[in-house]
Amino acid sequence: MTAELGHFALILALVLAIVQGVVPLIGAQRNNDAWMAVARPAAIGQFLFVSMAFACLMYAYVVSDFSVANVAQNSHSAKPLMYKFSAVWGNHEGSMVFWIWILAVYGLAVALFGRHLPDSLRARVLAIQALITVGFLLFSLATSNPFLRLDPAPFDGRDLNPLLQDPGLAFHPPLLYFGYVGLSVTFSFAVAALIEGRVDPAWARWVRPWTLLSWGTLTAGIALGSWWAYYELGWGGFWFWDPVENASFMPWLLATALLHSAIVAEKRDALKSWTILLAILAFALSLLGTFLVRSGLLTSVHSFASDPERGIFILGFLVLVVGGALALFAWRAPMLKGGGQFRPVSREGALVLNNLLLVVGCVTVFIGTLYPLVLDAFSGEKVSVGPPFFHSTFVWMMVPLLLLTAAGPLMAWKRADLPHVVRRLTIAFVAAAIIIVVTIAVRGGPWGAVVGLSIAAWLFTGVMVEFAGRVRLFKVPLGQSVRRALGIPRAAWGMTIAHAGVAVLVTGLVGASNWEEKVETVMSPGDVVSVGGYEFTMMSIGDIQGPNYTARQADFRVERNGNLVSVLQPEKRHYPVQNMPTTEAAIHSTWLADLYVVLGDPVGGASAVRIHHNPLVPWIWGGAAILVIASIVSLTDRRHRVGAPARRTRRAAPGADVAANAAGNAENARSKA
Amino acid sequence: MTQTTHGRRGRGMKRKHKRLIFVGAGMAALGLAAVLVFSAFDDNLVYFFTPSDLEERTFAPEQRLRVGGLVEEGTVEKSADGLTVRFAVTDGAASLPVTYTGILPDLFREGQGVVAEGFLKGNLFQADGVLAKHDENYMPAEVAEKLKANGQWQGGDEAATP
Repeated sequence: MTAELGHFALILALVLAIVQGVVPLIGAQRNNDAWMAVARPAAIGQFLFVSMAFACLMYAYVVSDFSVANVAQNSHSAKPLMYKFSAVWGNHEGSMVFWIWILAVYGLAVALFGRHLPDSLRARVLAIQALITVGFLLFSLATSNPFLRLDPAPFDGRDLNPLLQDPGLAFHPPLLYFGYVGLSVTFSFAVAALIEGRVDPAWARWVRPWTLLSWGTLTAGIALGSWWAYYELGWGGFWFWDPVENASFMPWLLATALLHSAIVAEKRDALKSWTILLAILAFALSLLGTFLVRSGLLTSVHSFASDPERGIFILGFLVLVVGGALALFAWRAPMLKGGGQFRPVSREGALVLNNLLLVVGCVTVFIGTLYPLVLDAFSGEKVSVGPPFFHSTFVWMMVPLLLLTAAGPLMAWKRADLPHVVRRLTIAFVAAAIIIVVTIAVRGGPWGAVVGLSIAAWLFTGVMVEFAGRVRLFKVPLGQSVRRALGIPRAAWGMTIAHAGVAVLVTGLVGASNWEEKVETVMSPGDVVSVGGYEFTMMSIGDIQGPNYTARQADFRVERNGNLVSVLQPEKRHYPVQNMPTTEAAIHSTWLADLYVVLGDPVGGASAVRIHHNPLVPWIWGGAAILVIASIVSLTDRRHRVGAPARRTRRAAPGADVAANAAGNAENARSKA
Repeated sequence: MTQTTHGRRGRGMKRKHKRLIFVGAGMAALGLAAVLVFSAFDDNLVYFFTPSDLEERTFAPEQRLRVGGLVEEGTVEKSADGLTVRFAVTDGAASLPVTYTGILPDLFREGQGVVAEGFLKGNLFQADGVLAKHDENYMPAEVAEKLKANGQWQGGDEAATP
């Protein structure tokens, strides 16, 4: 009964989405308040219907209702409850309902928190959001209905792929989806602005929290997926430049660009049509990501389930949405008049360069990801583009970006004094030079690592220089600096934290990709292997029994200079329901490196093992965590905090900003006195 | 949109000039990226073949290749060191011996689809990487096509079950 209820709720949601997609749009065009007012209650109703469908599907999983085909194929009665939940979005049909639910959540959020938006803009944003929902609901109902029954119902389910039964992966898709779908909101805002023919600083300010939210969740989702691949797949790697990984990375790159260009649109009323274009393309790439993952067109190690027919549907949808938006852009963008003027050497100029590098980097990843598809279509030749391609292109393109990241925030708006900026960065040059010398002395190379670490040092020092300047560190008494630091807007804090996080992330990436050590051998109990200055002794090997698997487990004693560091217990599991083995790597993390042990096949009484020493890998996860924290801090900025008093004044006049500036000036005057 | 053009003219020149600088910088960046991308393509594209494709062609021993097919039943042999494995990859029409040293992926099994990456030395493929898919029912699409062409296809129409 619940399955039918869920199915019915989805159909109702579709009908409501069509109404929400059409009526407010016409209302906004004709300036009809009653028609525009349809949008808000419709968005709320939408959320209720989709939530009901989603809850019904969840319920079917929790009670293991195997008469529902989707549950029978992806769940099992003996599975832990948490993985019954995660199985809902661990398969294609369920993940689509989940995607639609997130769309509805965002629609609800715009309806609830967007009360201060101009009526016509809000109506249009919600209508476009609903039109996207219509596409996905049609897709779900027509090609991937999760509520189909199975008759007769099987006695038990086929279980979820054991690789997916993992806490890291239980949260990876939800975060990624929140990021992907969040870009639909910026897309809707962009299209609504094009219809209105008006983009002003207020628009940029309204879009910013949504961009931040999806950027933050996308960052967290990508990092979690990478972390999962690192410890669960047992290859010791964290990023493979696989098409599916690239599919999530490309929208991230454009969202990063959008985050920066929207600042120029907000502060200087410039780069407006460019910002709109980025918002459209970022969502286009997240749709493309879905298409690539779901169609199976690109062979990838991550394609769990695929079906070309569904791919065609998404491709058609993609062409319709992106083509429509770009046509609208071509028609309306020339009407958007540019505002503030600026010199090439200025904060705006630096942000333009930032955008240029991010977009060119994204294009490179795009070409590398889609080239095999194009070549196959035209010549029938099958090729793969592997990590070396991306290392010799994308990675080098990011070098100028990272160098710029230290300098950009030191530049003044409109026109910057370059020699002055270089003078302020003297200490960053010194730090980079010291790191070069130290790295060569300690590790002796390779030179890519030397360059990489010195860039990270340059960036981190540059960030600190900017922050120190902001709080006038050592120029005023320390107590006053602290007070100044507390008074800095959260958005500026977010920038400082994020840029520092990038420095940490780069350090981790450089260390992990240059200094990995790996030994593959056969060991029996009592054998000792030395890797990266640590001695690994195999103590014992035996069988253990888990809740829904059996496993072979080995005990390793890890010592350094005779002192016990850790005991590692890698496993090789076997899941009987799916007759599938998995590798559980054992990892000991110090602040500076990971010790990583993988168990292979048995060789007589001994076993094949692979032992890694992965320097600086913990910094990658640390850096990603700092980026996520930065996005949260920036989101709490009072400019876009929900219910902030600024909202009332914003509607009235741009006087709020004047008042804020006046307050700031008063503060400055006080601190000078 | 009917603004007076007075005063806009003067700024218009500057604006055009500025725009030219940015367009120029953009072009330069794109050009540089294109050079990087195409030179990287020359060195880093890895072509994919099935064992029967390889029968008809020859390659330099330093040419990096990918070979895909099914692990032929009864061909997997482990050597005395416990790490080196020999097996044959077949597409139904031809079969190619492969050797690999290291721990194989979890889903490596006889009869399963694999992709091996490495170098063709004479008639032996020396792999330095072996991929098996996460999904137990996975078969490389190219191999499925080949098996269908040979009339040896055993699966249903849907290669990958949902």
